[in-house]
Amino acid sequence: MKPKALVLQAHGSNRDFDVIDALTLAGADASGVPLNELRDQKSLLADFQLLVVPGGFSYADALGAGKLLALDLASYFIDEVSSFVEAGKPVIGICNGFQVLVKSGILPGKQSQAPAKNEATLTFNAAGHFECRWVHLKSASENCVWTKGLTEIITCPIAHGEGNFQVTEAISQEHIALTYAKMDGASANGAYPANPNGSIMDIAGICNAKGNVMGLMPHPENHIYNWQHPRHTRGETGRSGLKLFENGVNYAREM
Amino acid sequence: MPIYKFLIQTKNKDPRSGGLLRDAHSLGFQSLQSINMQDLYFIEGQLSQEELQQLALKLLTDPVTQSAFWIELPTPLPPSKADVAILEVSLRPGVTDPVAEQLVRAAHEINLDGVQRAATGSRFQIEGLNAREIEALAKQLLANNVIQHWRVGEITPSFPQDAASSGTVETISLRNLSNDELLAVSKERRAALDLAEMQAIQNYYRSEDRDPTDVEFETIAQTWSEHCVHKTFKAKVTLDDGKVIDSLIKTYLKSATDKINAPWVISAFVDNAGIIDFDDEFEISFKAETHNHPSAVEPFGGANTGVGGVIRDVLGVSAKPIANTDILCFGPQDLDPKSLPDGVLHPRRIQSGVVAGVQDYGNKIGIPTVNGAILYDEGYTANPLVFCGCVGIAPKGKHRKNPQIGDRVVVLGGRTGRDGLRGATFSSMTMDAQTGEVSGASVQIGDPITEKGLIDVIVRARDLELYNDITDCGAGGLSSAVGEMASAIGCDVDLTQVRLKYPGLAPWEIWLSEAQERMVLAVAPEKISALQKLCDTFDTELTDIGEFTGKNRLVIRHGEKTVVNMDNEFLHEGIPQRQLKAVISNQLSAISDQPLPVGDIKEHLLNLLSSPNIASKASVIRIYDHEVQGGTVIKPLTGLEADAPSDAAVIKPIGTKGQKGIALSNGINPEFGKRDAYKMTWSVMDEAIRNAVAVGADPDRIAVLDNFCWGDPLRPETMGTLVEACRGCHDAALFYDTPFISGKDSLNNEYLGTDGLRHAIPPTLLISAIGIVHDVNKAITMDLKEAGNLIYLIGEFAAEQKAIPDVPSSTPNIYRALHQAITNELVRSAHDLSEGGLAVTAAEMCIGGRLGMNINFETSIIFNEVNGCLLVEVTPTNALAFEEQFTNLPFNKIGAVTPNPVLKISNTEIAVDQLVHAFNNPKGL
Repeated sequence: MKPKALVLQAHGSNRDFDVIDALTLAGADASGVPLNELRDQKSLLADFQLLVVPGGFSYADALGAGKLLALDLASYFIDEVSSFVEAGKPVIGICNGFQVLVKSGILPGKQSQAPAKNEATLTFNAAGHFECRWVHLKSASENCVWTKGLTEIITCPIAHGEGNFQVTEAISQEHIALTYAKMDGASANGAYPANPNGSIMDIAGICNAKGNVMGLMPHPENHIYNWQHPRHTRGETGRSGLKLFENGVNYAREM
Repeated sequence: MPIYKFLIQTKNKDPRSGGLLRDAHSLGFQSLQSINMQDLYFIEGQLSQEELQQLALKLLTDPVTQSAFWIELPTPLPPSKADVAILEVSLRPGVTDPVAEQLVRAAHEINLDGVQRAATGSRFQIEGLNAREIEALAKQLLANNVIQHWRVGEITPSFPQDAASSGTVETISLRNLSNDELLAVSKERRAALDLAEMQAIQNYYRSEDRDPTDVEFETIAQTWSEHCVHKTFKAKVTLDDGKVIDSLIKTYLKSATDKINAPWVISAFVDNAGIIDFDDEFEISFKAETHNHPSAVEPFGGANTGVGGVIRDVLGVSAKPIANTDILCFGPQDLDPKSLPDGVLHPRRIQSGVVAGVQDYGNKIGIPTVNGAILYDEGYTANPLVFCGCVGIAPKGKHRKNPQIGDRVVVLGGRTGRDGLRGATFSSMTMDAQTGEVSGASVQIGDPITEKGLIDVIVRARDLELYNDITDCGAGGLSSAVGEMASAIGCDVDLTQVRLKYPGLAPWEIWLSEAQERMVLAVAPEKISALQKLCDTFDTELTDIGEFTGKNRLVIRHGEKTVVNMDNEFLHEGIPQRQLKAVISNQLSAISDQPLPVGDIKEHLLNLLSSPNIASKASVIRIYDHEVQGGTVIKPLTGLEADAPSDAAVIKPIGTKGQKGIALSNGINPEFGKRDAYKMTWSVMDEAIRNAVAVGADPDRIAVLDNFCWGDPLRPETMGTLVEACRGCHDAALFYDTPFISGKDSLNNEYLGTDGLRHAIPPTLLISAIGIVHDVNKAITMDLKEAGNLIYLIGEFAAEQKAIPDVPSSTPNIYRALHQAITNELVRSAHDLSEGGLAVTAAEMCIGGRLGMNINFETSIIFNEVNGCLLVEVTPTNALAFEEQFTNLPFNKIGAVTPNPVLKISNTEIAVDQLVHAFNNPKGL
């Protein structure tokens, strides 16, 4: 049985079809569900094994990227999404989806060793503008179901203006799922362009304590075919973004 | 009702402020020490302190990086430090403010129902400037009077005024006017109609035995505008030698396409976009528009709505938009601000606004911006050019274009306001120093997320066959969209049904408004409910405003009152054909055929690489999302470090089977345009096709679009260059067997300065090419791949430098041979020779691969600009097979790729690092 993946289509989602394609290639039965349809039938969510909040500009980034869709989640689906997360089912938020998960508090979620009052955010890139370029990612977590066992560098694009991950206090290592790296895998050390947005500790993606919910700024769904690689005419390929989705889908299948 | 003012403070410095400081310094505000930008929100409503706190915490701030402070007006904010001046800016009433709309919606979502209205603004803390300088900075950089008001100190918020709904209709007495009086009416109403046209209107109303209403007059003015009806291109043109050309479109553009008669052209020149065959399942559409005049007065909004407009053109052929292109022409970025004509924004300001506008719309709606160009010329200082192109894909046979009697007239998308009134006629007029102020209403801000909703609805409605006809609301608004759809059968529309942004619009304003993000559909009554359901799912408004009647008259009511009742035939066929004169001069004689002065080759090459027109455009390209939709095979920047310029983009549309892709490229050359319009046209056609072939497009499956940006066609010399360019299009299209599938013109790109002089643009023709790549896995990039490979120059290289190079007769066969070589996988890289000649081409290939090249070539002609030539990298083992492809064609083995990163041209050696540095550090940008 193919695990069923729900890709939440909000007002302004735009990489919904990209991630549906990636999930399908990874072996899921993925479908886009418009937010208003889910509002009309909230129990629908329980029929799915994976939940995906895709990239885009929900509500045009009004009042801050991801903020108003996060508000929708809190206003309409908080119970359904909480029990989905509690059940340990894999959830991923990409780019705008990551912003939504962070601004709704689902990520980083409860932190076992963190200070009592600690908040995370994704704010304006240090360069002050939107940027689209390919980056290299290193898996930093064996706890996260999406990155577990990923030894290869993931090469994929970023396309965001507010991807600079910051926290008020600190973030514990267990939450760090992916970090920006140089092409050879060496740490980006905060230096542009390997770390494209100024995120602390080169953080590209984080997960919750349980490891089933991940958010990341880059777009692994845009490197699932060989010809997407920016140097495919130089013989470099690898579809390295696909592996992340295969991890999530396989985990859902085995649950 | 109380109004609260919220000031949002960022804990660290706001990253937007750094860019402002840089821009201000380059505009000459050297004494500016610091500038800090903060957000303002104005909220009207009855709210408790606790609710205000909630609003600040949950909606207005990011708790990690920001804090909020608020006061109830008219209490001022606490004063800032003594030497820090404050400037506040906010939108004028009626200008679209999507953030404010979302703020009210979201406040209600969290049960803060007391929030009534909202407005947004910005506050700048400025150090180091005196009051006069701050005002100058506001005008030149921080605010735009066209859409914003500003004040040194604190601003009062502006909400649209509540006004009683207006049903006022005027009658315009025309029947008894003299010729002078007719022209005065045209001028007074900014109708841009000439005497013959005014007389035709007068005669029609004499025969109807009444005078027109203002709604009727405005409808005719829009329908007959240059923008909507292309009267210059349809005019009868008399040349100075007595020859008469009956319509440039028919004689040159359409006729070329008809003669070529390519079986894979599905629709040319008839619909909102041209359509060609893609594969067994899909067709692809392509359209490019200009938005020059709006971008000159409000760069962000002008470019923003330009992108939005061309996307709707593609939606208008029922296609899903999959790629954008943007070609921009600006004045020099380092222009001395003192030399600017009155009322003209600095080219730097125009560029940053236009680029931000393109970025905002394309990125947010989720369409990759994959191809483009930026050109600089003094001729564009007062008249920047903004060409926006869009590609769409649709399943074959699903687009319907046939309204049925009894179908409902349905408007989808945004609401109607006073936005963009008379935009079609505005774009058909010469601008002057007052244009910005008078035409403020012609410019609007787009709302890409509303348009995204339109895409979501229309693509699904198409598949469910819910409509019989569709078109976009562009220039002329409903008058143009509904008028065109009803042109064969007539309609009956009630303007009181149209949803408005705010009350108070007169009937003609509703009918003519160019409010963005609207489409008009013809929908059978029994399908309305299914369409409504789709619209509800995607937060899109549907409004039923009337019926297609079959009575062949355009009938518009405002409630009970009939405000338009016109014969369709008069409206659509009644425009008298324009009679124009053209003088064709041999411009070339003015330019000597001297070769470029070349001193030190190294110095000259490095200078060229860092010159604004050739140097890297990475700082612009990187702020456009060119990856969304996952189909970008060849990206705008390529090579080992992704910093070399691609010849063309290749995309593979998501959801298509097989390995087919689409190449997108362009050709444009204002420098040649100044010299000879006919030969310029051949050159830009060649450039567009050459670029597409270089990445792997099949030269026998390329179609092109024309976009003419010219001066005032009433001047016979200007008309002469337009005639020559059109003749060039015809001849070059037949030469390459490459059909035109759509086009557009923007005339009157002239600026009448307060100095009394006309500032006209260089005659500028953009050719946009769309070609089929049969297998994207075989697509080619321009970066050198491997040391030891051979470098071939293919094509007939002209040793004699002319003012404009010829296109050698062997060129189409060169392209076919190159394509065959690419298909047989004999080519490792290919890059075309264009500006800066062979030397620049070789340098860019070295930059792409971070490898060296050793070339033996006559150095005196290495910078020659030629047509029909490319450099090609071939593996030695494939050399023989490659050369066989070019049997009986001109080619020349001129060098090899070297492992040491040095470009060696005869005895000159230049390190690739130096090339990279020059290319990535543009001068004067």
